Parts: sequence; C-alpha cells; structure tokens
Amino acid sequence: MGATAPTPPAATVRGSSGRVGDLVFEWMCRSAGILVLLLLGGIIITLFVGGLPALRQFGAPFIWSTAWNPVEGREQFGAGIAIVGTVVASVLAIIMAVPLAFGVAFFLTELAPPWLKRPVGTAIELLAAVPSIIYGMWGLFVVVPIIQGYIQLSWLGEALAEIPVIGFLFASNSFTGTSLFAAALVLAIMILPFIAATMRDVFDQVPPVFKESAYAVGATRWEVVRNVVLPYTRTSVVGGIMLGLGRALGETMAVTFVIGNANRIATSIFDPTTTIASVVAMEFPESLTGSLQQSSLLLLGFLLFVISFVVLATSRYLLRSKLKA
Amino acid sequence: MSTTFTPSAPVRNADVAKSLAGRRHIMDAAVRWFCIGATVIALIFLTSIIFTLMWRGLAAMDLTIFTSEFRPTTYGDPTAEKGGLLHAIAGSLMMVALATLIGTPIGLLVGTYLSEYARGSKLGDAVRFVSDVLLSAPSILIGLFIYQLVVLPMGGFSGIAGVLALSIIVIPVVVRTTEDMLSLIPNTLREAVVALGSPKWKMIILVCYKAALAGIVTGVLLALARIAGETAPLLLTSFGNNVTSGDMSRAMASLPVAIYQQANSGFPDLIAIAWSGALIVTTGVLLINIAARALLRNRG
Repeated sequence: MGATAPTPPAATVRGSSGRVGDLVFEWMCRSAGILVLLLLGGIIITLFVGGLPALRQFGAPFIWSTAWNPVEGREQFGAGIAIVGTVVASVLAIIMAVPLAFGVAFFLTELAPPWLKRPVGTAIELLAAVPSIIYGMWGLFVVVPIIQGYIQLSWLGEALAEIPVIGFLFASNSFTGTSLFAAALVLAIMILPFIAATMRDVFDQVPPVFKESAYAVGATRWEVVRNVVLPYTRTSVVGGIMLGLGRALGETMAVTFVIGNANRIATSIFDPTTTIASVVAMEFPESLTGSLQQSSLLLLGFLLFVISFVVLATSRYLLRSKLKA
Repeated sequence: MSTTFTPSAPVRNADVAKSLAGRRHIMDAAVRWFCIGATVIALIFLTSIIFTLMWRGLAAMDLTIFTSEFRPTTYGDPTAEKGGLLHAIAGSLMMVALATLIGTPIGLLVGTYLSEYARGSKLGDAVRFVSDVLLSAPSILIGLFIYQLVVLPMGGFSGIAGVLALSIIVIPVVVRTTEDMLSLIPNTLREAVVALGSPKWKMIILVCYKAALAGIVTGVLLALARIAGETAPLLLTSFGNNVTSGDMSRAMASLPVAIYQQANSGFPDLIAIAWSGALIVTTGVLLINIAARALLRNRG
C-alpha cells in the first residue's frame, strides 16, 4: 500500500542528496519506532529487576500471600489482597459499565435524531477526558456520602444485608462509604465512555443493507440489534469491553480516593480494601530507597503490568479487524 | 427408520398473533427506554461533575490562587494569609510544555514510520501493537519506570523525571493520530509528488504533513490535555514542592499533585483551594479537548 519512491538518477547531485536524505529520514523514523519497543521492554525489565529482592525473599507465594507488614524487622509482604481488590473492583466496574455503555451506543447509532447525535456524542467523549484525580475528588465528596447516607445507613442497606444467602455481600462493619463498591462505581463511570465509543464505532460499521433487510421483514429495532448488529460486531464488542477492563485495572488516583485503602480482603462490597495501583501510589513515595517494601511495591507493579498487558493485548487482537477497516 | 418432522405450530389464532406482536413491541419499547435512560444517566454524571467543580471550585477562587504560593492552613487563625497555587500552576505549565516538546517529535516520527515505511512489515506491526498497549497502560507504572531509571540515579525527585514520565505518555497518543491521519491521504497525492522527482522525505515533510496538519495538531492537543491531568506518574517522579521554582533538577510542584495533597490534608481551607485547582485543571483540559475536536471537524 505504501507509496514507493522511485530510485533517483544516481549521477546528479540532487539525486544523491535526495537519497541521503531519504536514508537519514527513514532511519530516524525507524529508530523512533524501535525506541517505542525499547520503552515497553525497559518498563518490564526495570519493574522486574526492582522487584527481584522481594521475589528472592518471598518466592512465588508473594503472589497469593495476604501479608503486608512494613514494620522494620518484621517485614512481610504479599500481593494477594491488592490483586483480589484490583480484579474484583474492575470486574464489578465492567458489570455496571457494559449495560450503560451499550445503551449509550445503541442510542447514538439507532435512536437519536441527527441533531442530537453530535452534542450527546461530544458530551460522552468529554466524560472520557476528565482527569482521573477529578473523578477521585468527585467520588470522595459526592458519591461516597451518597453511598454512606442513602444506602449503608438507610433501610436499603439493612434490607440488602437481610437477603438470604447473598446478604453477607452487603453487610459490612464499615459505614464510611469509602468502599469496594464506591471504587467500582467510579471506575464504571470512567470506563463507560471508552466502551461506548468502541461500540458506537463498530455498530456504525454494520453494512446498512443488513439492517434494512431485517427491518423490511418486520423486525423491531431491538430485534435488528440483537439478531443482526450484535452477531456481526460480537468480537469487536468484546474487544471494547476488554479495553475498558484494561483501563480499570490500572486506574490509580480515582480509586485511591474512594476505596478506603484498607489492607484486607473485602468480603462485602461495602468493605474498604485496596488495589495494586493505589497501594503503589499510597506507599511508594514514602518507602525507603532500596527497602524490601519498595522492592515489593515494584514487584506489585510488575504483576499489574503483566495482568493489564494480557488484557490489553487480547483487546487489540479482538479489535484488529475493526482497526484494519 | 422414519423421522417425524413436526413443524412448529403455525400461529392460527389471531389473538395469539396479536399478543406475540404486542410482546415484541413491548420488548422493543423497553430496550428503547433503557437506552435513553442509560444515556441520560451518563449525561447526569457529567453534569454532576461539572456542577460540583463549579460550586466547590468557585467558592475559594480568587486572585490569590494565581498569585500566591502554598501557605499552611489558615484554619483557626483568621489573620493568617491565604495561600494559592502559583507554584503548582507554574510547575505544571513548565513540565507539560517540555514533555509535549519532547514527546511530539518522537510520536510524529513513529507515526510516519508506521504509515509511510512499515505497512505490512513485521517490525511495523510490533511497533503499532506496543504503541497501542502503551496508550492504555497504567500510567503509574510509567512513574515507577522513570523512578528506577532517573530518580534513583539522580538521588531524588526532580522536574526532569516528571517531564520524561509525561513525555512517554505523549508518544502513543501522537503516534495514533499521526498514523490515522497520514493513512487518510490518498496515494495519488503521494504518486503525484514523487512523479515530480521529489525524494520521499520531501514528499512526506512538505506534502503529507501539510495535508495531515489539522489531524496531527489535534493529536498533540489531545496529548496535552491527557498529561495536564496526570497525577500518578508525577507522584513518583517530580513529587511536589511548596515554592515556585524553575529548577528542573529538584522536586517540582504540579497542579494535579498539589490538588491530591491538599484534598487529603483534612483542612477545609486547603480542600477549598484543591477544588479551585481541580476547576482550573478540568476547565483547561475540557477546553483543549473541545478545541481539538473542532479543529478536526473543520479541516479541509
């Protein structure tokens, strides 16, 4: 596909300067590309090397150990709590965000009148542009008091905790509002625009003739989406969801504000807990250079990198056909 | 062996047909209202964020925010002088500008490589994939990377480290838009330039960049908006500072980190200043975003 430059006449001065220029420019571009590869390699290697002392000390059990004790002389670290917190918060966020994102994408592609499409689309895109620290402050000062006052401390919280079998998921000793649920909710709002934008783009790529045929035999809009649009775009929709998951896993500031940063596994969605990214943000700036704590935090970072790399790579793979189109 | 074929009972009863059609339409209406509801909920979130920022941010917004540096809390001491965010605004402007200056040319070259030199090549596919992963990679890990690479050898937090961390975030954003915009240029344009005897590098710089200019500028603006609000990587690289300083080799204040620290200080007056900072950052980021989108829409 790429335009190819013809070989310039070798004898002329202009020709040779062009050839040298071409060579120099092509290598500048190629080195910049290689630099990007080196950056990724560098991130993996520095995190792993930084985490080696902790890995040597604790071995593989670091991954599932729930110990976290920075007190000097009794240092004991493990990633269990942070990994569980990260994964559970992100998955809860996906569960909340996906139906909403689908609704927004369906609205924007099929339902909205043309004059409404652009302003609503732009507003959703702006939601993606709001910095994560703003989500954190908004979550702490708006969402957390709502969760505390209208769910936890009201009849609703009591009623939820009374539900047989699954009631324990809502029963908590902590009534501060900063919780796994608050983090998942804020994360859901943050990743909603990313998932919605991907869904909208792929919905728009369905050939109109497919949809028109379905409408022509009397299908309703929902039937067209369920039987024509979704089967056609399934892979890309899953790719978009994975992209949102990848974002949620590594989100730091918003989560740090609202999750409560408690060093324990949440048994209820209203329990405070922590995630890999927020442990690193909270403890790394204060950890001593070269300490076992710092090394453990770097190892945590390495694990987060591995998890989000796998998720993001899957997302790219699923979205590749859409990107080529 | 005989296979019996039982066709699904045809709907004979007109009432049944009617109720089936009714059920289909109720389902359709339910989904429609759900989608409208979902969109309204998403818009309520955005409105709530903006109104909270205005309401809380304007409360403490005055000239001292822009003209004075950090001062300890005035809580319990009404005569004490109120502090501001000058140090953080200055630090953010310096670091964001420098990071954009460093990241943009690299991102531009990578985007050019992907679009003009590496279509279908294995190295190109690898670079494109890695750049896309970096685009969504957790930014705090970039902070950890620069901490190990720059902060540790330099012996402390520094503005330079912050700039480098931010410029790594700029690169993939610029790569994505540059490649997208360059690949929109029709090949006939490239062929016409080459047919005039121009070397490829001149074709790219003088014609392709010019044709894709609006898109490339959009990418740079989006990158700018992205790093202006980045907090996590700065927390591990430039950290923070309570005075206005141009010394890049020392710890340097930035607006997002100052907001983070003051919002968690527990003092109502410092929290109010943090909200003013939040309002400034968000206004800036959203305006840049809107400008970038408007630019892209009016191109050509």
